[in-house]
Amino acid sequence: MTLRFRDLLALEPLSADELTFLLDQSRPFQTIQRNPLKKLATLRGKTVALAFFENSTRTRISFATAASRLGADTMNLQAEASSLKKGESLLDTVQTLNAMKPDCLVMRHASSGAADFVARHLDIPVINAGDGTHEHPSQGLLDALTIRDRLGTIENLNVTILGDLQHSRVARSNIHLLGKFGCRFTLCGPAMWVPQELEEIGAPGVSIRRVFRLEEALEDADVVLVLRVQTERMHEPSISNEDYVLGYQLNAERLRRAKPNALVLHPGPMNRGSEITPEVADGPQSCVLEQVTNGIAVRMALLFLLISGPAEDSAHPVANSAEESQPPRNRRSTDKKDLSHASD
Amino acid sequence: MLLIKNGRVLDPASKTDAAQDILLDGEKIAELAAPGRLAADHKNAPVFDATDLIVAPGFIDLHAHLREPGQESSETIETGTRAAARGGFTAVCCMPNTKPVNDNASVTRFILDRAKTAAGCRVWPIGAASVGSKGEAIAEIAAMKEAGIVAVSDDGKPIATAKLTRQVMEYCRSLDIPVIEHSEDVSLAAGAVMREGVTSSRLGLRGMPAAAESVCVARDVQLAELTGARLHVAHLSARASLEQVRFAKQRGLHVTCEVTPHHFTLIDEDVQYDSRYKMNPPLAAREDREALLAGLADGAVDAIATDHAPHEPALKDVEFDKAPFGILGFETALALSLELVHSGRLSLMRMIELFTTGPARVLGIERKIAPDQPADLTIFSTTREWTFDLKQSSSKSRNSPFDARRFKGAPIATIVAGRIIHRA
Amino acid sequence: MRIVEKAQLMSAPEIDRTLRRLAHQIVEKSGGTKHLALIGIRRRGVPLAQRIAEAMRGIDGVDVPVGTLDITLYRDDLSKVAPQAVLQSSDISFGVDQMDLVLVDDVLYTGRTIRAAMNGLFDLGRPQRVSLCVLIDRGHREMPIEAQFVGRTVQTSDTEIIEVRLREIDNEERVVLVDRQEP
Repeated sequence: MTLRFRDLLALEPLSADELTFLLDQSRPFQTIQRNPLKKLATLRGKTVALAFFENSTRTRISFATAASRLGADTMNLQAEASSLKKGESLLDTVQTLNAMKPDCLVMRHASSGAADFVARHLDIPVINAGDGTHEHPSQGLLDALTIRDRLGTIENLNVTILGDLQHSRVARSNIHLLGKFGCRFTLCGPAMWVPQELEEIGAPGVSIRRVFRLEEALEDADVVLVLRVQTERMHEPSISNEDYVLGYQLNAERLRRAKPNALVLHPGPMNRGSEITPEVADGPQSCVLEQVTNGIAVRMALLFLLISGPAEDSAHPVANSAEESQPPRNRRSTDKKDLSHASD
Repeated sequence: MLLIKNGRVLDPASKTDAAQDILLDGEKIAELAAPGRLAADHKNAPVFDATDLIVAPGFIDLHAHLREPGQESSETIETGTRAAARGGFTAVCCMPNTKPVNDNASVTRFILDRAKTAAGCRVWPIGAASVGSKGEAIAEIAAMKEAGIVAVSDDGKPIATAKLTRQVMEYCRSLDIPVIEHSEDVSLAAGAVMREGVTSSRLGLRGMPAAAESVCVARDVQLAELTGARLHVAHLSARASLEQVRFAKQRGLHVTCEVTPHHFTLIDEDVQYDSRYKMNPPLAAREDREALLAGLADGAVDAIATDHAPHEPALKDVEFDKAPFGILGFETALALSLELVHSGRLSLMRMIELFTTGPARVLGIERKIAPDQPADLTIFSTTREWTFDLKQSSSKSRNSPFDARRFKGAPIATIVAGRIIHRA
Repeated sequence: MRIVEKAQLMSAPEIDRTLRRLAHQIVEKSGGTKHLALIGIRRRGVPLAQRIAEAMRGIDGVDVPVGTLDITLYRDDLSKVAPQAVLQSSDISFGVDQMDLVLVDDVLYTGRTIRAAMNGLFDLGRPQRVSLCVLIDRGHREMPIEAQFVGRTVQTSDTEIIEVRLREIDNEERVVLVDRQEP
């Protein structure tokens, strides 16, 4: 098993086998987190460019830590410090970064598809660390790894996702990953945030339903993914915190509707007392801190796999000489497009 | 003089479909007759051999953006009309959203002056409905009409309020000039970059519902009834909007509409973060496209219009949600329409109607191949195979999703006022 | 290129006998099994380490801990480990501090694998002593590394490959010398 892709832009195009491979490849890095010496020299001399065009502390630190533990150097570009404010285009900015010869670009951007757009213009691997309301692939992977560690499987689970589904890239990545393993999804939140089209965003056959009563949505759940109610980003339309708490806050009493060992995941940062009560956030079913730890393992695996990249020398026994020298990019726009609806 | 020999003449106005020779004299059509039967002396006339080709009345594009004055880095009247001629158009109506806006007679005259010196097709300017297209005060419509506009529109956006739309309609009715509406409820469409649906949800792109268009069409149809004005719905994309137009036509209102080649060819599922698929109205759902195809065939749709909207590469090569709306249209319009003919969705005569008598009727003019008519003709092949190469486009811009598309059928010669302005 | 088998270097009974001898030598040299632990280098070092530990149980009646180490992350030829190296978990469930560790691998060649393995080991702590046990030493060292416990030393040429085939992995049990021949 090898990756077909040289970028990680989304989980949607990945197969179950590829996703399993990525999760399996994260395991060795989980053990390294427990070593007294956590730093490797594997990517010594390599440079990872971190370009975060949207505020993010956790994901950026997680990627930076992953790079550092692999022995790679990082260059940091943050929106505040960048010349974007001076009117430079995204393309100019990343091409300037690329001219400093990093080996990989990790980017977050407020525009959906921004990583896809940048990857079309760069010759180095691009990892999408969150693009608008599209996907957040490393988050989807770390959530799945956390679930697999706790429940022993990610197959055929009942997954309930709570909150603003319409604007959640975390929800999309989770649906695209877990959906490939037969998981069934129940989406719950204020109706304006859970439009009907979401029931069809999965691959054919993936069961996604909307339920607007939280108690009902939690019935039989194996996993409850609580999304952050983002006060700093506009939910449209927004509803009052009081209404949200009344209808959709995950508290201990409501959680009892789920299976007894149901897991509670949250991508963070949490608004305690808003979408989740402290009791649940800190309770035995909560996986919040494991998610953070696993985030580093997943990101180490991604950096390792994408930077070690395709073989130039097929003489090595591990190498598969039949492999194409340039793996396709992980994005839809390379897919063969059929524009001929004229005959249908 | 010019003799067009051996062509198959297709003229919707007279329902002609026959092999005929056409003799042009100066800027007019002199005579047409069965092959070899011309009465007039034409011994010295140069001959255009149209064997195996279709000879049609000159194509009219009701909807284009030539970008001059003000955005000459994306297109000029010269490059735009040359691209139009290459696409088989003998006349294009250019929208007023230039910089400055064509909201007064001096801008109208500037455009017409530039068009005279350009080597391309005829230019028929459309004036702004409101001053600066800002939706506040009515523009100098009478003065612009005298200078040469053929319609009014605030295209790029709708006329701002129902009240102003009503007033513009009343005024334009008195001037006998159509009101072309970019139908969009701006509050429903705010911030949207594509059509709302499963694809927008999957891609995490903000979508506008079909209702953003149809709500506005419904409003305008009622205002057209109230005022008796000639309303033309631009770039209609949604099934629900077309139903409003059908309803209006049944009631005998002066309501017409146009559909673009990209809306009858592509759908929202084709959008994949590639800004060459971004236009407004956005690509619609599969069932909308089906409804448009039905309307094109049965007469509910009056015209095919390109909404040719060039943007220089630097503007389009950005994040999808930051890219401007609009794609090129002139050079692919006929070939995309012929795809419908080849697939049996449209008869060849009906297709020609949508490029000729259809748009002419919207503007209140005649379009036919007959003696004394302007010698504007579009000659094309239905069989020639070719590949659209964006790099070879006559437009200054490159924002087309149809690059490298294989086509069957192509414009061969475009004749304006008796002169061949383009020959493939 | 054609791969041809040139000779069998060891049969199954010979492998078995050799491992027993190595177990004895290690116990003797270490002065018993206290503080002793074996680290098998993935992949074929792992079953070898397990078999040596089993032989030691026969000698001393004591279970010597066995860990496994994947050295992919410690290689110095990352760009050649591709397309996209496949990692396996290292599994060392005991503390290595103050331990007397024996790295076990099938073939000692350039010494680079052992160099990588030692880097990996030292990330886990500070062992008292590290020694090396290999089934075959084929020469051609590129690093200042020698094995303390060697099953057999074999002279080889550059084009030759030594393949250790073990029943746990390869469904057969023997050591063969193969050669790459240009057509």
